Amino acid sequence: MKKAEIDKMAANAGKQRTLWQETWRRFKKNKLAMVGLAFILILVVIAAGTLVIDLVTNKEIYNNYVIKQDLRGRLEPPSLAHPFGKDEFGRDMLFRMLWAIRYSLFMGTIAIAISCVVGGTLGAVAGYYGGKVDNVIMRFMDILLAIPSMLLAIAIVAALGTSITNVLIAIAISYVPTFARTVRAPILTIKDQEFVEAGKAIGASDARIIFKYIIPNSMAPIIVQATLGVAGAILSIAGLSFLGLGIQPPTPEWGAMLSNARTYIRDSWHITVIPGMGIMLTILALNVIGDGLRDALDPKLKN
Amino acid sequence: MTDQKKELLRVENLKKYFYTPGGVLHAVDDINFTLNKGETLGVVGESGCGKSTMGRTILRLHDHTDGKVYFEGKNIFEYNKHQMKDLRKDMQIIFQDPFASLNPRATVSEAIAEPLLVQKLYSKRDKEGVEKRVSELMDLVGLAKRLTNSYPHELDGGRRQRIGIARALALRPKFIVCDEPVSALDVSIQAQILNLMQDLQDELGLTYLFITHDLSVVKHFSNDILVMYLGQMVEKAPAELLFQNPQHPYTKALLSAIPVPDPDYPIQRIPLKGEITSPIDPPKGCRFAKRCPYADARCTGQDIPLRETQPGHFVACSHVE
Repeated sequence: MKKAEIDKMAANAGKQRTLWQETWRRFKKNKLAMVGLAFILILVVIAAGTLVIDLVTNKEIYNNYVIKQDLRGRLEPPSLAHPFGKDEFGRDMLFRMLWAIRYSLFMGTIAIAISCVVGGTLGAVAGYYGGKVDNVIMRFMDILLAIPSMLLAIAIVAALGTSITNVLIAIAISYVPTFARTVRAPILTIKDQEFVEAGKAIGASDARIIFKYIIPNSMAPIIVQATLGVAGAILSIAGLSFLGLGIQPPTPEWGAMLSNARTYIRDSWHITVIPGMGIMLTILALNVIGDGLRDALDPKLKN
Repeated sequence: MTDQKKELLRVENLKKYFYTPGGVLHAVDDINFTLNKGETLGVVGESGCGKSTMGRTILRLHDHTDGKVYFEGKNIFEYNKHQMKDLRKDMQIIFQDPFASLNPRATVSEAIAEPLLVQKLYSKRDKEGVEKRVSELMDLVGLAKRLTNSYPHELDGGRRQRIGIARALALRPKFIVCDEPVSALDVSIQAQILNLMQDLQDELGLTYLFITHDLSVVKHFSNDILVMYLGQMVEKAPAELLFQNPQHPYTKALLSAIPVPDPDYPIQRIPLKGEITSPIDPPKGCRFAKRCPYADARCTGQDIPLRETQPGHFVACSHVE
């Protein structure tokens, strides 16, 4: 070992890191996960960018490029002027792809955030109080789990009607049981630990014990589940849109684009492949991040 | 209760049963004792005899099954949630395993400040006041200032246990349950922590309920010693008396098992046969009878009452006159 390395290690050993800093340090070492993170960050920036553009130009670009039809140029293959080609109504695919990101990504994130909070709270309460409360909550979750999540979402949207809010609600509900279970399991093991008892001994309230003692110590599986959940939610939104129950035309959304394009799959490959690739890459990136996080948060792999 | 001895804690017929699918588990069965201010009661017994459960039931960390606990003359089992939270300032606990008893996400100062904030001893804006008290407590238990922002996983067992002690002391309690505070530590560190606890007792006038399975630890530490077997009291006596003249066969066996650091010392162990009997639905009679070398017909079938054989010396054995 070189002296410089030893010095570096010594310096590192002296540094005091929080557990999150430690996790980030390990996450950084995972090249694949970092690529995934970079990809998602780019998508977030683009999505935010399109939102700002819409706001500044008063939807001018949206109206003129994203949803304006040009039937003369329909199914135009990719060219220098239109790198992703044009779709079946002659709309520029590049614009539609970029403007669609916000629906997939933000809706997926919001849906998961909702189900994380709702499911997480239910799971925390069930795990912490145990007994009857636990049984009632978890059996209800079992009922939700017994119905395939896609079918459940379809049923909810069909019942409530198709709108962005209802799609969000449908997706959020279908992910609630997963989060309830993910949160409950670590709480069952943590709630009997002595530091929780120490909290009770100093008179901390149940809410304080759940939110300050138990949840922070069971974050790892929740974060991993949430990352993977966003990928699943994006897929569900795309799936609902594909079936015509999600985002309604002419609003661009990857799943809806894919669905509309499949009629033309023999004539023009680009209008199916491009949104399909968009969905696939986003989900792949989120999954890779999720796996990376799982490894980084596992203290047994410390090095 | 004469000559300055002021009763702080009185436990009457304390029972704690757990209802398991296999039957009723008698974890703590009919415990009685009083503890005076500034004194230490050592509770000894083997693993699983209900020592820790007793300590926690007294603090109401577990719900009790039956009995009363008087703290400063008032039955705390009748307290409501609000009164209980107030009482937490007076009764604290030091845990056995310093690796499990600290929140891994809280720094040293956060862990020590937590009781101050929970009990609202300082207002939220009074960061300086909290900081001052935390550093005072760190001084008191011998934690270096540079550790303020360390996380528990960065520290060794002895330092972690000091944090646990500081946390327990933060509220200026009168009574502390010490649940095997040194059994998870190295022998050298054990001595440090014990000395620290003794100094703190002298300095702050603390009253300890000292739970341990290590008799040599309680010998120098306790005024009285209570020996437990399967949830019951088998013997209670002043420490000196118990070591000089143990009367219950179980106590004798325990004392004979203390290692003596002298290779030439003639070892006279009293071997115990068999295993600890199941605490689930135990039959009437002496619970130690199955392992006792002196057991006979008198020992089973009826409960053996605790009798005072000498002033202050209580034994539950039908063979002791």
